[in-house]
Amino acid sequence: MTATIDEQDAAASTVGQSALAVRGLWKVFGPRADKIVGSAEADLSRAELLAQTGCTAAVRDVSFDVAPGEVFVVMGLSGSGKSTLVRCLTRLIEPTAGQVLIDGEDVVAMSEARLRELRRHHVSMVFQHFGLLPHRKVIDNVAYGLEIRGVDKKERRRKAQELVDLVGLSGNENAYPDQLSGGMQQRVGLARALAVDPSVMLFDEPFSALDPLIRRDMQNEVIRLHHEVGKTMVFITHDLAEALKLGDRILIMRDGALVQVGTPAEVVGAPADEYVRDFVSEVPRSHVLTLSWVMRPPRPDEAMTGPEMAPGTVVRDAARRVIDSGDPVKVVEDGQLLGVVDQDDILRVIVAEES
Amino acid sequence: MAIELAELEHPQAPLEHLPAERRAISRWWFFLGVFVLWVAGWLMLQGQWTLALPVSELNSFHDWLNEVRDWVEQAKFEGNPLFIPFEWITEFFNWVVEFLQKLFVDPAFGRPVPVIGWLGLVGISTWVALAIAGVRSAILVAGALVLCGTLGYWEDTVDTLIITGVSVAVCVLLGIPIGIWMSRSKRVTAALTPVLDVMQTMPSFSYLAPLALFYGIGPAAAVVTTLIYALPPLIRISAHGLRTVSPTTMEATSSLGSTDNQQLRKVQLPMARRTILVGLNQTTMAALSMAVIAALINGPGLGIPVIDALTILNVGRAFVAGLCLVFLAIMLDRMTTAAGERAEASARKGTNPQARRILLGVTGVLALISVYLSRQYLRLAEFPEEWNWGDQIADRVNSSSEWFVDTFYDITQAAKDFVSNFLLNPLQDLLAESPWWLTASALLAIAFLLGGRRALVATAVTSAIILGTGLWYDAMVTLAMTLVAAVMTMVIGVIVGVWMGRSRRVDALVRPVLDMLQTLPAFVYLIPTLALFGPGRFLAIMAAVAYAVPIAIKIAADGIRGVSPTTVEAAESTGSNRWQMIGKVQLPMARGSLVLAANQGLLFVLSMVVIGGLVGGGGLGFLVVGGFSQQEDFGKGLAAGIAITALGVMLDRITVHTAARYGRAETA
Ligand SMILES: Nc1ncnc2c1ncn2[C@@H]1O[C@H](COP(=O)(O)OP(=O)(O)O)[C@@H](O)[C@H]1O
Ligand SMILES: [Mg+2]
Repeated sequence: MTATIDEQDAAASTVGQSALAVRGLWKVFGPRADKIVGSAEADLSRAELLAQTGCTAAVRDVSFDVAPGEVFVVMGLSGSGKSTLVRCLTRLIEPTAGQVLIDGEDVVAMSEARLRELRRHHVSMVFQHFGLLPHRKVIDNVAYGLEIRGVDKKERRRKAQELVDLVGLSGNENAYPDQLSGGMQQRVGLARALAVDPSVMLFDEPFSALDPLIRRDMQNEVIRLHHEVGKTMVFITHDLAEALKLGDRILIMRDGALVQVGTPAEVVGAPADEYVRDFVSEVPRSHVLTLSWVMRPPRPDEAMTGPEMAPGTVVRDAARRVIDSGDPVKVVEDGQLLGVVDQDDILRVIVAEES
Repeated sequence: MAIELAELEHPQAPLEHLPAERRAISRWWFFLGVFVLWVAGWLMLQGQWTLALPVSELNSFHDWLNEVRDWVEQAKFEGNPLFIPFEWITEFFNWVVEFLQKLFVDPAFGRPVPVIGWLGLVGISTWVALAIAGVRSAILVAGALVLCGTLGYWEDTVDTLIITGVSVAVCVLLGIPIGIWMSRSKRVTAALTPVLDVMQTMPSFSYLAPLALFYGIGPAAAVVTTLIYALPPLIRISAHGLRTVSPTTMEATSSLGSTDNQQLRKVQLPMARRTILVGLNQTTMAALSMAVIAALINGPGLGIPVIDALTILNVGRAFVAGLCLVFLAIMLDRMTTAAGERAEASARKGTNPQARRILLGVTGVLALISVYLSRQYLRLAEFPEEWNWGDQIADRVNSSSEWFVDTFYDITQAAKDFVSNFLLNPLQDLLAESPWWLTASALLAIAFLLGGRRALVATAVTSAIILGTGLWYDAMVTLAMTLVAAVMTMVIGVIVGVWMGRSRRVDALVRPVLDMLQTLPAFVYLIPTLALFGPGRFLAIMAAVAYAVPIAIKIAADGIRGVSPTTVEAAESTGSNRWQMIGKVQLPMARGSLVLAANQGLLFVLSMVVIGGLVGGGGLGFLVVGGFSQQEDFGKGLAAGIAITALGVMLDRITVHTAARYGRAETA
C-alpha cells in the first residue's frame, strides 16, 4: 500500500509530464445529477444513493495519472464504472465534475470544436463491440477518421492500407466487416484507431467478446503494436490475467471508486483490501511477484555465498536458480544488498498458489 | 408493419391488487352482468330513444356544416387571406398533375396526342426500373404497363401513377427530413407521435370531405389526401431506422471526431437505408391505395372506372379495372423492394461500374428512341384500340361470375343468411335498437372492464362526439358490422396464425401470399366479394375480413413464433400434446400479440366496412359517399366522417389499453 501512495504522489508532482491526468472525476447518472457532487449525498454508498435520489454514481471521485508511453489498465467487476470512466476521458459521456488533462489541457473545459480536434488527432478508441460501419469495406472503415478530417481519398487509402498491413489484415482490405471473424473485425477496429496517429489510445474491453485463443493473439498483437508505435494506452478489462499481462500499472475500481493503483506486483503482493485480495487470489503469484516482494533480511547464521539477482526478477524465473543453489540468493541492486531469498521463501509462494 | 406495431403506445395499466386468478373470474361475472342487463333493457325498450335519423333528414349540426362549407367556398371565392395558402397549394399540385398529364396522357401543346406517347412512357419507366431496381423489375414494369394498356385503361393507369408518384415524391421530401428530426429529438418525437397516431387511426374515408373543402375537388385534393394517408409510415420507419442504428457504431465514429452532419450522412443514413426503403415501400403502397379512393373527390385515375362499375354492379368492368390496379401494385411493390435489396448487393458484389454504365447508356438510348418513335407514330402514341381486350374480358368475367353466382347461390346465400341471422342482425339490434343511453352505458362498462380507466375516458369522449354528430344510430350499425367482421378476422387470424407460427414450412408458403394481399389497394377487395355475394352489408363485411385478415394473421403468427423456445421445450418435456401446447402455452403466452392483432384487425376492418358503403353497405360509409354526390348532404357526410374517426379512436384506445394490461404477462 505504501508503494501505491508513493507512486501517486510521484505522479502528481510531475503533472507536466503525464500524458493523461484525471482529477476528482465524477459521473452521476439520473435526475438532477449535477446536484449530487459536493453535497452530503456524495458520501452515500452507491446503493443508498440510488435508493434515495434515483441517481447512479457510475464514477466517484477518481484521480490518476498516466505517463507517456505507459499501458495503464483499469480493472473492475462488471458495473464498476470502467466504461463510463473511459468515455468521460473524451467526453463521449459528459463528466459531472472533475478534470481530465490531456497534454496539460483540460478536456472538460474544451469547446465542441476543440474537442472534435482532440478526437480527430490525439485520442482514439477501440470498442468491445467493434462499432464498424457495415456498409463500408475494411479499408474505408480504417480510413474513416482520416476521411472526416478531410484527407483526400488517395492519401487516406494509402495510409489506411499501411495500417491494414500493420495489423495483419493484408488481403482483406476489400472485404466487408460481416465477412470477417470477430478477431479480424477487432483488428479493423485497432487499425481504425491507429490510422489517425493518436498520442493516446483508449480500449474498452476490446477482447472480451472474442474466443480465448483469439483473445491471446490479440493481446500479443497489442503488446507488439505497443512496442512498434509506442502509444500511451488506457486499457479497460475485467480479466485480471489480461490486466497483468498488458499493464505497466493497474487501477482497480469498485462501485465507481478507485480502490488501488499500482504495478502488477504491487496489486498482487499488497492488495489494498479484501475486494482486491479476492480479485487477485486466483492469480499465479509466482508469475507476477518479483523477488523484492519475497525477500527478507538475511539471518545472521546464513551463508552469503549464493548468486546475486536483481529485485525485479519474477519469482517464476528465479525459482530454478534459487532451488539449485544450496545457499540463499542475494537480491542486489546497484551493488547494494537489499535482502535474501532462499528455497523456503520461493516454495511458500508456489505452494500457496496450489492450496 | 412490424415496426409500427412495436411503436404502439403501451400505457401503464392501473395497479391491480387482486390475485390474477380471482381477477379473471370476477371480470367474467361482470361481463355477464353487463350483457344480461343490456339484453334485458333491449327487450323492454327496443326501438325507443334510438336516435335513428331518416336517410333524407338533416339535423342542425349537418345544416351548420353545410353553412360552413358555403362560407368557406364564398371566402375562397372572395380571396379571403385565410385560404390563400390552400389556394396556392391547390394551384401548385393541380399544375404539376396537369403538366404530367399533358406530358403523358392528354393531347397538349398544339399536338393531337400527348408529348410522350405510351411507348415512350413504357421505355422511360423500364429504364428507370433497370437503373434503380435491376433487370427483373424492368421486365415486370414493361409487362405490367403494357398489360394495363391492353386491358383498355392506359390513360387511367397513367393518371393513377401520376397521382401516386407526385404524392410519394412529396412524402419523401417531407417524410425523411421529419424522420431525421424525430430521430434526433425526443421532444419532437413526443409532439409528433400523437399526430401520426391520429393520421394512422383515421379511416381513409373520413378525411376526404374536409380536404375536398379546403383543396377543392380534383387532382390537388387527391394528392393531398394521398399524401396524408401515405406519409406516416415513412416518417415512423425512417425515424425508427435512424434511431436504432447501432449505438456502438455511433459512439465509435463520434469518438473519431465526426460532426453531427457527418454522423448523419456517413453513418446513420447509410446504415438505415434498408429500413428507410422499407418505409418507402409501405408509403408507396399506401399512396396507391389512397390515390384510388381519391376518385371519390374527383382524383383522376383507375378509381373512377372502378367506382363507376361498382355502382352499376358491373363486376366484369370492375374486375378489369381492378386487374390494372393489381398489376400496378405488384409492379410498385417489386420495384421499391428490389431497389432496397439491389443498392447493397451491387455495392457488395462489386459489379463492374464500367459495364453498368455502358448497360445504362445503351438502354437509355433505347428509351430515348422509344420516346422519339412515340412522337412520330400515332399507334405508338395512343394505345391502339384493336389491342384492347378489356371489354371481352369484362364480358367473360360477367358471364362466369353469373354462372358462379347461380351455381353456388345456395352456398353463398346460406353463408350470408347464417352470418346475418345469427351474428349481424342480433348484434345490430342490440347495439342500434337499444336506447342510446343503454348502449352507451354498456360500451363504457365493457371498455372499463377491458382497458381500465383510460379506455373508459376515451370511450366516453368518443361516444359523446358520435352523439354530437347526430348519427348515433348509423354509427351503431357500422359498429355492428365492424365487430362481426373483426370476430371473423380474428378467428381466421388465430387459426392460420397458429398454423404458421408452429410450422416454418406453412409460414414460408403462406407469408408471400399475405405480403401480396397487403399491397393491394383497398378498393380491389370489393370486386371479388361483389361477384360472390352481391351488394349489401354482407359484402362490406366479407371485403373487410379479406382486407384485415393478412395483417391479423401475420401478427398472430409472429406472436406464436415469438414464444420462447425454451418454454415450448419445457412444456414438451412434460408431455403436453399438441392441443395442450397451443391452448395452454402458446396462445396464452402470445396474448399480447393477439390483442395487438385485434387492434390492427379492427382498424383495418372499420376502414373497409365504411368503404363498403359504396356498394350498399349502409351505415356511416353510405352517408360519406352520399355527401360527395349530393350538395345538400355534404354536411351529413362530413359528420359521418367525424363519427367514423371517433369510432376508430374508440376501438383503438380500448384495444391498446387492453393490450397494455394483458400483454404484460408475455413480456414479463
Ligand atoms: N446511460 C446510463 N444511465 C444510467 N446508468 C448508467 C448509464 N450507463 C451506465 N450506467 C450505470 O453505471 C454503472 C457503471 O456502468 P459501466 O460504466 O458500464 O460499468 P462497467 O463498464 O464497469 O461494466 C452501472 O451501474 C450502470 O448501470
Ligand atoms: Mg463496460
